[in-house]
Amino acid sequence: MIGFLLQRLGLILLTVFGASIAAFFFIRVLPGDPVLLMSGERSTTPTRYAELVEQFGFNRSLFSQYIEYLTSIIQGDFGYSLVTKGSVIGEFIRYLPATIELTFFALILAVMFGLPIGILSAMKYQRWFDNLFMAITFVGYSVPVFVSGLLLVILFASTLNWFPVSGRISSLYFIPCETGFMVVDSFISNEKGAFISALHHLFLPSLVLGTIPLTLLVRHTRSAILEVMKEDYIRTARAYGLSEFKIIMRHALKNAMTPILATGGLQVATLLTGAILTETVFSWPGIGTWIVESISRRDYPVIQGGLILLILIVVFVNLIVDLMYRAIDPRIRYG
Amino acid sequence: MADHMLKPQLSIKKSHSLDFAESKKYKFFQNRLAVLGLIIVVFNVLIAVLADFVAPHSPVEQFRSDFLTAPAWQKNGDWRFILGTDGLGRDILSRLIYGARHSFAIGFLAVILSMFVGTTVGVLSGYIGGIIDAIIMRVTDLYLALPGLLLVLVLLTIFTPSLASITIAIAAALVPHFIKIARALAIREKVKGYFIASRSIGASHLRLMFLVVLPNCFAPLIVQSALSFSAAITDIAAIGFLGMGVAPPTPEWGTMLSESREFIFIAPWVIWAPCSVLILTVIAINLLTDGLKEIFDPK
Repeated sequence: MIGFLLQRLGLILLTVFGASIAAFFFIRVLPGDPVLLMSGERSTTPTRYAELVEQFGFNRSLFSQYIEYLTSIIQGDFGYSLVTKGSVIGEFIRYLPATIELTFFALILAVMFGLPIGILSAMKYQRWFDNLFMAITFVGYSVPVFVSGLLLVILFASTLNWFPVSGRISSLYFIPCETGFMVVDSFISNEKGAFISALHHLFLPSLVLGTIPLTLLVRHTRSAILEVMKEDYIRTARAYGLSEFKIIMRHALKNAMTPILATGGLQVATLLTGAILTETVFSWPGIGTWIVESISRRDYPVIQGGLILLILIVVFVNLIVDLMYRAIDPRIRYG
Repeated sequence: MADHMLKPQLSIKKSHSLDFAESKKYKFFQNRLAVLGLIIVVFNVLIAVLADFVAPHSPVEQFRSDFLTAPAWQKNGDWRFILGTDGLGRDILSRLIYGARHSFAIGFLAVILSMFVGTTVGVLSGYIGGIIDAIIMRVTDLYLALPGLLLVLVLLTIFTPSLASITIAIAAALVPHFIKIARALAIREKVKGYFIASRSIGASHLRLMFLVVLPNCFAPLIVQSALSFSAAITDIAAIGFLGMGVAPPTPEWGTMLSESREFIFIAPWVIWAPCSVLILTVIAINLLTDGLKEIFDPK
């Protein structure tokens, strides 16, 4: 266990090291003068320019510049935004809860619908239920999230007028930011109806983002259950006269969980891509809109720092998923 | 599945006298959905190539008297503009037709480029092994940890968006998958008898890598290219949608969406027309991919 953790932490360090090199050179391969790019100033007097060179350390050797950059990253200093002047790490922490909230609810929706549909599809293998949902998941898997997002906006927000199109809560409410999670904040605030409004705003975006894990989950659950049902212990359970429900719930699902989680864990990067697009469609103030806006505003310090932080998230979530499925299936060795 | 269990037997019987490729073709054409996908993709490609002849209007011509005209079959529709016009009075159908050219050209080039680079690096990595292989694999893993779309966007801030830079950026996001697959295949192949035989008669490293190993890796690489093509089409539209695509007024499906988002409530066709084309195209490519997967790696 300890060995495994150490090995994985080593890998994470290596990843961060690689990411820091990439981010360091990113600013230096950009067309244009890196000094002006990093300061965000269009034209400067020679004295100001010399000041900036001194401030960013561009007059020192590449190696010592990199060491300095690495040290500041390790200390949690990712520089300052050119546009808002706020620290990159501070903005990241401010935008992160919205993205976590969105992704978390997307995953909940995916599990809530994905697992039962997957199990039922496996039980009704090759029957109309199975065929129908295989067709639906195939379409769901093919349609890009921003396309399904826009189409759902037309259907539910414009034609039917059931859901709001953008934002995290109705502008009628003023919710003080306690945790950053709107659902939690609105719940603990005493505003009547705020909690419902937050959920109301959250539903459509999480449904859209949820299609990515949902379609994968249905397919993986179905194939994992189909695989498990061929095992001897299922036949034994049947011979004992257990009901099909009990067999699935108690024996099949437990053993099918490992492949489901293993394939699901690999999708963190895909989910993050989906979150970027979903947030743009619904003007959701999360990491995705933050990074896309920084890119279109050419806010280089934010792009540079944001990239490293995003990679860190992907790597850490992957580690957690790895640990989780090792916890579920004790047969997997650490090593 | 059940009918697939039966059909291979049929095809084996038929293909006794035919060569192997014939039976694969036969199997592919047995899969009706895959054939449908193929037909749609071919149709799309034809439209893209013949855009100049099939498009009713120029994609950039602005009809000043026809802003946001509804599709022909709706109230206030006009048969001159079958799918209606956008906020600048441009014919949506024509823009979609020219947009197909854009998507398919970039997607195709990006896949070719990434296959070429990824396969070369992957085969090299798997063939050489040892420390070089380990380094290449770590870098590839790092690469894969990054969301592909983000990589494309960051690359597009380095190069100004143009056809060439978008192609390169999209290809860069696809490369790691090819590296992984090509490496795994090279490692699988290099312990086989034919490889050892070639080496023992003194084939050079280059020959071993690219003339001996590579031809035996083609099937999974073709499946991966088809997968990548669908990812490329989606990514091209996504960067257009995020406003990082080619400069207007070049017609592009994703850019059409981002340009028209403000009209989503008053003129929904400006959104659903490009969306439908995108969905249809991606589904067709994925059906085709499934068909290819079935014949190349039957499980």
